[in-house]
Amino acid sequence: MSESTERGALTEAVYYILLSLFTPLHGYGIMQNIRELSGGRVALGAGTLYGAINTMLEKGWIKPVTGGLDARKKEYGITDEGKRAVYAEIARLEELIKNGKEIVKGDVK
Amino acid sequence: MKHIVWKAYWDFEKEEKFLNEMSAKGLALTDYSWCRYVFEEAPRGEYIYRIELLENSAKHPESQNYIRFMEETGVDFVASFICWVFFRKKAADGEFNIYSDTESRIKHYKRIRTLFSGAAGVNLAAFAVNLTAVLSPDSSLANLFGGFLSLTIFALILFTLVLPLTKKIKALHKQKEITE
Repeated sequence: MSESTERGALTEAVYYILLSLFTPLHGYGIMQNIRELSGGRVALGAGTLYGAINTMLEKGWIKPVTGGLDARKKEYGITDEGKRAVYAEIARLEELIKNGKEIVKGDVK
Repeated sequence: MKHIVWKAYWDFEKEEKFLNEMSAKGLALTDYSWCRYVFEEAPRGEYIYRIELLENSAKHPESQNYIRFMEETGVDFVASFICWVFFRKKAADGEFNIYSDTESRIKHYKRIRTLFSGAAGVNLAAFAVNLTAVLSPDSSLANLFGGFLSLTIFALILFTLVLPLTKKIKALHKQKEITE
């Protein structure tokens, strides 16, 4: 699998969108979920979200889900490929945190 | 009661600022057509306004999809002018930004720069045509005037729009080198 080795860091927006879609959601639901997850820190712009959704649909990381509560609003869900991207990112983040904590020791505020 | 204001803006960020200042005074934009802003009375500061340049005209199906998506997130589509769209959102819903990352801001600025570069190019071409005419034996005063006018417009677009946008794009690129 050459693709997984080429994979760079996910952007914060993409990482949080993928996490949000472990349960299918529509656009506004994603924005609300990310705001909650991040304790209000991340306010995702709708234009940025729209671009990210289209890119991830193309990559096959997410897919449209039918049969949502509100049929007029498009819902999306994560795919297996998308989940692999999340797992790889978590492993990467764990390495960053482990190294960071080891080097700064107890200095983290 | 409707209030109509005639005004020309070239810089969409200054235009946004104007709309938000009007909104703070209790005048909310409800329609726009070429340099004509229509405001209606609303509670002071009820809305936050944002302007965006789309890739296609606002009537294009792709733009319509996008506008529908924006509306689903609680954003009102106020007006459009060719590829420019005016959005607003209730200030009570919290801050309203269309873009929340550097990359999409860069893309937006680049789209606007392409538009103005095109306009500058047209004027430069018009200048070249007039210059050739002036240098030919049967030149007229109109060619001289036309040439001068198109060169002036070209320089104006270049220095007041294209170069400042390039500066903004560069600054964002620099920021992207160290942060997301």
